[in-house]
Amino acid sequence: MAVEIAAVLRRVLGRIRKPKPRSGSGLPARKVIQGLVWARRASQAGFLGLFLYFLFQTAFRGSFTSSETRVRLPLPVEGFLLADPFVAAMTLLSTHTVYRGLLWSVGLLALTLVVGRVFCGWICPFGTLHHFFGWIFPSRYGRGNKRVESNKTYARQRVKYYLLYAFLAAGVTGSAVGGLFDPICIAVRAIGLAVIPAAQWIAGGVNAALGATGVRAFQVAADGGQDFLAGTVWQNKQFYYHQTWLVGSLLLAVLFMNRFIPRFWCRVLCPLGAFLGVFARFALFGMEKDHAKCTDCNLCLVHCQGADSPQGGVKWRQDECHMCMNCEAACPEDVIKFRFLPSRRSTVTAPDTGRRTALAATAAGAALLPVTRVADVIDANYDHRVIRPPGSVEEKEFLERCIRCAECMKVCPNNALHPAFFESGVEGIWTPILIPRIGYCEHSCVLCGQVCPTGAIQKITEEQKLGVGQKAISIGTAFYDLGRCLPWSMATPCIVCEEFCPTSPKAIWVEEADVPRRLPMAGENGAPPKMETVHVQRPHVDPSLCIGCGACEKVCPVQDQPAVYVTSVGETRSKTNVILLENTDYNKPS
Amino acid sequence: MPVRDLSRRELLQRLGAAGAVLGGAAALGRAVWDKGHPGFGASTERALTRDYRLHEAPRELPQLVVARNDPDPAALVRKAVDALGGMKRFISRGDIVVVKPNIGWDRTPIHAANTNPQVVAEVVRLVLDAGAKKVIVTDASCNEPNRCFQRSGIWKAAYDAGAEVVLPAAHRFRAMRLKGEVLNEWPVFTPLVNADKVINVPIAKHHNLARYTAAMKNWYGSIGGRRNRLHQNIDVSIADLAQFIQPTLTIVDANRVLLRNGPQGGNIADAKDMHTVIATTDQVAADAYGCQLIGRTAAEIPYIVMGHERGLGTMRWQDLRFAEV
Repeated sequence: MAVEIAAVLRRVLGRIRKPKPRSGSGLPARKVIQGLVWARRASQAGFLGLFLYFLFQTAFRGSFTSSETRVRLPLPVEGFLLADPFVAAMTLLSTHTVYRGLLWSVGLLALTLVVGRVFCGWICPFGTLHHFFGWIFPSRYGRGNKRVESNKTYARQRVKYYLLYAFLAAGVTGSAVGGLFDPICIAVRAIGLAVIPAAQWIAGGVNAALGATGVRAFQVAADGGQDFLAGTVWQNKQFYYHQTWLVGSLLLAVLFMNRFIPRFWCRVLCPLGAFLGVFARFALFGMEKDHAKCTDCNLCLVHCQGADSPQGGVKWRQDECHMCMNCEAACPEDVIKFRFLPSRRSTVTAPDTGRRTALAATAAGAALLPVTRVADVIDANYDHRVIRPPGSVEEKEFLERCIRCAECMKVCPNNALHPAFFESGVEGIWTPILIPRIGYCEHSCVLCGQVCPTGAIQKITEEQKLGVGQKAISIGTAFYDLGRCLPWSMATPCIVCEEFCPTSPKAIWVEEADVPRRLPMAGENGAPPKMETVHVQRPHVDPSLCIGCGACEKVCPVQDQPAVYVTSVGETRSKTNVILLENTDYNKPS
Repeated sequence: MPVRDLSRRELLQRLGAAGAVLGGAAALGRAVWDKGHPGFGASTERALTRDYRLHEAPRELPQLVVARNDPDPAALVRKAVDALGGMKRFISRGDIVVVKPNIGWDRTPIHAANTNPQVVAEVVRLVLDAGAKKVIVTDASCNEPNRCFQRSGIWKAAYDAGAEVVLPAAHRFRAMRLKGEVLNEWPVFTPLVNADKVINVPIAKHHNLARYTAAMKNWYGSIGGRRNRLHQNIDVSIADLAQFIQPTLTIVDANRVLLRNGPQGGNIADAKDMHTVIATTDQVAADAYGCQLIGRTAAEIPYIVMGHERGLGTMRWQDLRFAEV
């Protein structure tokens, strides 16, 4: 382990050393290109930092504002998603609208039309991670000629276009499932739900170990560190996320692929990169090559990010290029030149996808929805665990909008929202569900709607949620398991559920009762145990008042399987998933 | 005969290596051998209580003061504390003082579920004026703490008054043994046990299970863990916690009192303005007097009777030197 860390360190430090003198003609690259390469590095670092800062700020940490101020996040923490044209296009196809801030994505499209896939090489935080790991990971077997070979253009790079077409077709049929593969969604989901909680878990262990040493200086330092990190990176309590082992494992796997194929994700799988690649053909900025000068030194390929054939003798692939400028900076013979309105003599502008395969991929995407919807999870046999956040639109529209970006789960202050695994079927994987046993929906909190970039969760106000002058928003209904409830079946006072019920009047009400209790010891002279009478309050739910927040379920002292639990029935957004007559319209299709 | 090319030296090396590994494994196994325990090991830690009370009680000063009929909560606090002999009587120069309001719920002051922020701020100012080195305002909330601290108005009010506001965090709880009848080992909120003086600043309100709560019940906010089990024996739990922490001073906020739907309320109509502050050195008497505000008597409320019987204070507040200002 230590040896490997030392090796990685040596590699990092080695790369920071002064570069070797240029081979070939030895001519240095143009000053403007040298400058652009450094500008790109600064941009990548800056945007990755901004992304992480926004992610860390996707949390409510309280403030000194007065008690009457509405609780909202001060920053547009979902900004990267709002600028994502793949998300905008997918939800445009499914809902026929562009939701609020998603209009910003037109800006990114405009940028692409001028300078190509600059987003991939200069801005995308997930791309920057892959750039970094593609630089640090390759072993000695991935250097030199091996590296040159791995950076040539391969047919596998078409896969991302097929994925893009399939996801857009799925969008047309009514599902935003493509969010599973959106790089910004993946970055938020994997870092927010797996990396940060895991880091906090480790830090908690370190803190406990330092505390156990009994050395005052260690304890003070550990607590100070925890305070600082809780106020900046994570929060005061450990967050847990339902079944995120898969989210974390997939991130590790796709990062590790950089050991074999640098920027494997960006080149092969990224549908956002493919989307920008489709539009890069119109870009005004591009590359010209002077093939006659090329000495086949392949220095351009050593540093190529997009695997877009920068070398002499072949045509440049404009749709694959990340505009990182490494090739021109590396070229010792002035073969490669980036400029505005270049000659396209040695350029392939459009994606190189076979028409039949593209059509087949589109058809597969369109077939996804019927295949998953006839599996009984939505129309029939709706799962009781699919409790959506407050302000969510009706389920079918929800699936048209939800891109599984996990912003809502990250911001939820009570750790109540979780990525669904198979609760809402294969189609609904990683959409948000509320798991009250882990956290309940805080009564006056509306932050999940604030950060939702696509309107799957609407931006409701406190008045709408609490029902000030209108009907409160309900996300489900609580039920008692009388056999497990202490006052109902064990002659023991409790009603913590009633205490935590936040509505007024409370949806949980109690019935006073005197109940018999058997004393837990045998009577005298072998007589049966004596009986006593205990006064208890037996809880009941009023389903017309219950909002399904799950506070009762969270605090129920029956630890493993609570005596009161919430299911999705009675949710305001649905006309069919109902109990009571008052909210029902049987004439409407679901 | 096949040729054996094994030298004596190499033979010894190989035998030695295998033997060393075996010996090492055996020694390690023996050293950490768990022969099995007959039961769960009892904690050897000594049970803990925190008595922050003053020992001297000058005869000329009252023991229980009720200030009322002033719409300014801060003025009521000042009057009540002055009548008790002033804050300087309780606070020594350089003390680290913890002020423990009720910040349990995500409610605004109008709902009267948390201590009035003006009361907390005034207590902080008085303590600082009396020469304390540091004032910490803290509580272990029921709802999400950030929201409770912000929306109760206490975060801003206490901070503006010069206090350090400490939110509950996982690393601030340490398992300790309490000397309770039903409470044994619980995670305790460390700021409350590492202080020189502790001032309890609860709010008087209705509670559906305990009927009335203020001073003694406020110590629920001194522990973490799964507090929801306490309700099964709420009266003994409250008495146990009041025995665990006995504050220097108790200042009950009854400026606005929740009469129904306690302990968190939620409807403005559930609360009523009473413009009252109770200050005392006896937390049992504070509750015995306070419960009358919502039409109860001390004898009706089991935890007050238990507190009296355990000698934590007196439920017969009439026996104390009483003053009304």
